[in-house]
Amino acid sequence: MTMPLIGSDALSYAEALPPDWPGSFWAHIFFWVILLILFITVIVLLFTWLERRWLGRLQIRPGPNRAGPFGLLQPIADVFKLLLKEDIVPDKADKWVHWLAPVVALAPALLVFAVIPFQDGALLADLNIGILFILAVSSMVVIGVFMAGWGSSNKYSLLGAMRTIAQEISYEIPLVLSIVGVIIISGTLSLNEMVKAQQDVAFIFVQPLGFIIYITAALAEVARTPFDLIEADSELVAGFHTEYSGMKFALFFLVEYAETLAVAAIATTLFLGGWQGPFLPPWMWFIIKLFAVFMFIIWVRGTLPRLRIDQVMGFAWKFLLPLALINVVITGVEVLAWPDAPLLALGIINLVVAAVLVLLMSKLFKLGGGRVPV
Amino acid sequence: MAFKTEHFMLNVGPQHPSTHGVFRMRFTLDGEVIVDLEPIFGYLHRGIEKLAEDRTYTQNIPFTDRLDYLASMTSNQAYCMAVEKLAGITVPERAEYIRVIMSELQRIASHLAGIGFFLQDLGAFMTPLLYMFREREKIVDLFDMVCGQRLNYNYLRFGGLSQDIPPEFIPALKKLVNALPGFIDEYDRLISENEVFLVRTKGVGILSREMAISSAAAGPVLRGSDVNWDIRKSNPYSVYDRFEFDIPVAKTGDSFDRYWVRLQEMRQSVRIIEQAIEQLPEGDVQAKVSRLLKPPAGDAYVSIEGPKGEIGFYLVSDGSVKPYRWRVRPPCFINLTTLRDIIIGWKVADAMVIFGSIDIVLGEVDR
Repeated sequence: MTMPLIGSDALSYAEALPPDWPGSFWAHIFFWVILLILFITVIVLLFTWLERRWLGRLQIRPGPNRAGPFGLLQPIADVFKLLLKEDIVPDKADKWVHWLAPVVALAPALLVFAVIPFQDGALLADLNIGILFILAVSSMVVIGVFMAGWGSSNKYSLLGAMRTIAQEISYEIPLVLSIVGVIIISGTLSLNEMVKAQQDVAFIFVQPLGFIIYITAALAEVARTPFDLIEADSELVAGFHTEYSGMKFALFFLVEYAETLAVAAIATTLFLGGWQGPFLPPWMWFIIKLFAVFMFIIWVRGTLPRLRIDQVMGFAWKFLLPLALINVVITGVEVLAWPDAPLLALGIINLVVAAVLVLLMSKLFKLGGGRVPV
Repeated sequence: MAFKTEHFMLNVGPQHPSTHGVFRMRFTLDGEVIVDLEPIFGYLHRGIEKLAEDRTYTQNIPFTDRLDYLASMTSNQAYCMAVEKLAGITVPERAEYIRVIMSELQRIASHLAGIGFFLQDLGAFMTPLLYMFREREKIVDLFDMVCGQRLNYNYLRFGGLSQDIPPEFIPALKKLVNALPGFIDEYDRLISENEVFLVRTKGVGILSREMAISSAAAGPVLRGSDVNWDIRKSNPYSVYDRFEFDIPVAKTGDSFDRYWVRLQEMRQSVRIIEQAIEQLPEGDVQAKVSRLLKPPAGDAYVSIEGPKGEIGFYLVSDGSVKPYRWRVRPPCFINLTTLRDIIIGWKVADAMVIFGSIDIVLGEVDR
């Protein structure tokens, strides 16, 4: 079912709703907004707990285990701590920019979830351009982050913000291109339709190269290790949010995790078959896959050191971008030349191509040097 | 078209996650590139060298613990050897062997911490550090067994040790020594071939052979720069001439080489400990030394190979119970003097890597 944009035609939208959802348009919006905000908050709290526990296990230590069973109350304790903390605004900071930054960053991070299907048709707005909406909205987080860096009037923050701009804009390009392959194969921009297209084979098997590029670029987008130089703690203390405390810091924290959640959700939807799965109810499959992707991200975080800014940029432009372009071309040719091919056959071809390309590129691609004569 | 740009000053420290204490670096930056660096230190200055002149020789042993607090045993040993040279005391053989075991264990412990913090600076979030500390913890437990302390041991005395090792020490040590090569291999596997680690460290912060020699650098920093100089070999002290071991030397002098030398040194230390356990004689661990030591007037300098480099003590005695002059040759401090030359031209991110690869302890730099 293709939906018009929200608000453009409320009546027809309400008519097109699935019968088991609350009837009116506004009830639907209200229900979903509340549900999404609750969902994001709860999942983010769970994520912070999971990240610390799982990271603890990776680092041969128990992780937080004092507050509540298995330390489950730890996130709540953290929230209370942050709520009670003093909100400090530096003297020289640009007060308005400093104040607005977390809000500006939070809004797009939450908006992304409007188009993500939790099960068939269960989403706030089934936009027919869903994936474009996500790409457009999620890149706006950068504005908030840069405002934070600029408004704090702190050199660490400014360096962090400069890195943010450079990194997030660069990785946007391979990120978008990696998704194009999925769009070509599924022939739709609506996320719900994309999930339906993965009825038989999840796109991770059809687009292995696309998935690798997506997950790498997405790690850079949300500034996770090894691309976490935006808030590189051993260099920039805390990067753009060095000067934030209390609830504003908590908001940035929420942004960071909401973004990671969004990445996990998009990866689930586009590549891992979304809510498709046997036995369990669809929404449960969605959440299980979400957590699987998130645990993979933490695993990477617990394993790899950090790259340097020029290496990060070089990696985006010289490694990921050519691979993503080649992937788009190959997928396009395949779909044109063999329109009714079984997905699995395409997948096997793509897997071989991906392996060859990645091996070849890793031989050709060299990072190094980096010293600038002064 | 060239943009008009301005340099700006970035102050890193004294309170900063990767300054390993209270070290301060004032960078002049062109974007992210370091144009100039002014290292500022002394935040941890306690005036140990002056304070020591007002205490008896024995009272000064705990001071040496507090220089390089990650390698107290070797500081202990260097100081005790200096006093023994000054007063002409001979140490029983068993004590010498135990000293060697202790200082090699200390070398492993110090290198483990050094590599762990180095990787922490590289941005590997705590995992390597905690893996390193897993083994360091076992070594610290052994130290706890012999002297009841986990950080500032104060174990050595002039002419021997404060006490003999307990009977359960050798079995525990053997168990650890058998396990250690496996762990070192594990670190080698996990770290040395990691692509991200390699691109961040290979060729970064090259300390040339000439500069390393002319700046009097020592330890892994010197041996990373293709200089085969280890006091254990070049001027064997204690009983080091009875052991077989190699001196790992790397060619280029970059951050990776300094890391690599540390890793290989741990293997050699394990070899030395194995041989020392084999040869460990029975007997006394303490020579007869007067409680209130009054060395004859004169001076003595003794330097030994500590984990971080050549740690030496220069003592002048006027024949009284207190040293007339008490001076340390601090390896961390002298290695640190190379920092500005090897850091300029690299980016802020590299600065932390290069700084971490030198592996300093502020307690010794500031004294």
